[in-house]
Amino acid sequence: MSVTDGGVSRTTAGVSEYSKMGFYQEDYVPEDTDVLAVFRLVPQPGVDPKEAGAAVAGESSTATWTVCWTDLLTTYDYYQAKCYRVVQVPGTDQYLAYIAYKLDLFEEGSIANMTSSIIGNVFGFKALKSLRLEDLRIPLHYTNTFQGPPHGIVIEREYLNKYGRPLLGATIKPKLGLSARNYGRVVYEALRGGLDFTKDDENINSQPFMRWRDRWLFCMEAVNRSQAETGEIKGHYLNVTAATMEDMYERAEFAKELGSVIIMVDLTIGYTAIQSMANWCRKNGVILHMHRASHSTFTRQKTHGVSFRVLAKWLRLAGCDHLHAGTVVGKLEGDPMTTKGYYATLRSRNIEARPEWGLFFEQNWGAMAPVMPVASGGIHAGQMHLLLDMFGEDVVMQFGGGTIGHPDGIAAGATANRVALEAIVKARNEGRDIINEGPEILKAAARWCAPLARALEIWKDVTFNYESTDTPDVMATPSC
Amino acid sequence: MRITQGTFSFLPDLTDEEVKAQVQYCLDNNWPVSIEYTDDPHPRNVYWHMWKLPFFDLKDAAGVMQELAECRSAYPNFYIRINGFDASYGRQTTALSFIVQWPGEEPGFATHRVEAADRQMRYLIHPYATDKPVGQRY
Repeated sequence: MSVTDGGVSRTTAGVSEYSKMGFYQEDYVPEDTDVLAVFRLVPQPGVDPKEAGAAVAGESSTATWTVCWTDLLTTYDYYQAKCYRVVQVPGTDQYLAYIAYKLDLFEEGSIANMTSSIIGNVFGFKALKSLRLEDLRIPLHYTNTFQGPPHGIVIEREYLNKYGRPLLGATIKPKLGLSARNYGRVVYEALRGGLDFTKDDENINSQPFMRWRDRWLFCMEAVNRSQAETGEIKGHYLNVTAATMEDMYERAEFAKELGSVIIMVDLTIGYTAIQSMANWCRKNGVILHMHRASHSTFTRQKTHGVSFRVLAKWLRLAGCDHLHAGTVVGKLEGDPMTTKGYYATLRSRNIEARPEWGLFFEQNWGAMAPVMPVASGGIHAGQMHLLLDMFGEDVVMQFGGGTIGHPDGIAAGATANRVALEAIVKARNEGRDIINEGPEILKAAARWCAPLARALEIWKDVTFNYESTDTPDVMATPSC
Repeated sequence: MRITQGTFSFLPDLTDEEVKAQVQYCLDNNWPVSIEYTDDPHPRNVYWHMWKLPFFDLKDAAGVMQELAECRSAYPNFYIRINGFDASYGRQTTALSFIVQWPGEEPGFATHRVEAADRQMRYLIHPYATDKPVGQRY
């Protein structure tokens, strides 16, 4: 399709170039209240990159493919988004297009509205080969229209009485097929062995082999038993993901009645449902865990989709207390620098632009509570020093196979992880160089902790070294 | 049993030297340190007794260790924990909290179950030790 017939003004019918309609303004100076977006785009052959950027601005704000005289009934030059910079990514056919949106294009407190605007229609645009939303600068004026995480890291820690170390979790395996009674057994063993949390997986909802209500009852028996055995607060993320809001509310209410400290939902329920569940959790004092199920369908490829850093911003606004954000060393996609950017997005208050972490813009969260990132998928006790060094303390580390797959049993697997974690945290606080001394520190702990010795032995060679598909354009130089 | 609240409960009991290193870590981060003790190990027992006020003025771990020694000799059969508090904007909460003394024998907790309607169960977790008055429990 050609959008470049040109020469048509707003007062005549026909097709005009978006850039000539005011959607490209090189001299536009973004205001503090503007929402800023940066898109990575690859134009079709023959399409001018600036025109492509203008077209994205047009299609994600006021415009359509042809001139409409009804524009003249509006302050169109105010409402139209402005592409104010287009730069080529060196050595590629990709361009970064920066676009500014006026604040009143967006409904207060609605992720559904923001996403319908910014990624609503434009990704199917024929004039582009591919398009990716890389980052957003969401002004404090807009973030303050959201309540964000129902609790946040501080309240979660005070409620659980757990400080100074990452929290430990495990996802129950096998994901599908266990009866409720056997499922609860895994929960019990993992929690009594030393984990803080266990977790339903994303696809365990209420299937014929285990209905949700039975799972709730057996899991809460396990949680209460393990609390009595350890004197610690424990939790199991009960996945309330279901077909309708009514079903989810019913499941959440029952979890609350039984005294569960936490429930979970999958990203697949959608932004509006997430915001509703965040409100429910805030009102009922239940922590909300978010599993980002389905995100890789649109976050993983560098040239098309939406970056996870943008999704992380939307989910902090929508409101979750936990969000999976990658492990780097585990089995799932995650470049180290890019992942640092995600963690900063979830936990920080005021973030400077850091191109080497993939953060294109500054982002001010005001006083909005931070989200506890979750590192889950293919990690084990032998990596504890690397995980603590990369992610710090405010993170949930989830060892599913790394707990349940322990040859001496689930409780032994949990103990191995907990001992490894405490030994590394203690050493770090003592000022030791955990990156270099980590293996030695773990070995020393394994001398008095047999389960840790077995874990280190069995998983010593397990690594997942594959090239990442999503990486920053800018590489850090050794000096920074 | 051994209650495993606190940051380092899965490790062997910390020696005085090791406790001092953790206290120094708190002080290096500008986290005032406090000492608390209790003989009620219930996981929801939030407010342990305070051993004096948090030591806002102590900049040297040795001073905290002196206070800890006094607390230990006054309450030899109590749980004692050390907390580091981060008052910085946006955090304003406990940053580190670890038990440094457990009573010798810990009888643990009873789990009482009361069957309710619809297969629901109500749980009461009860520390055996709290059957006795404060001070006579361990």
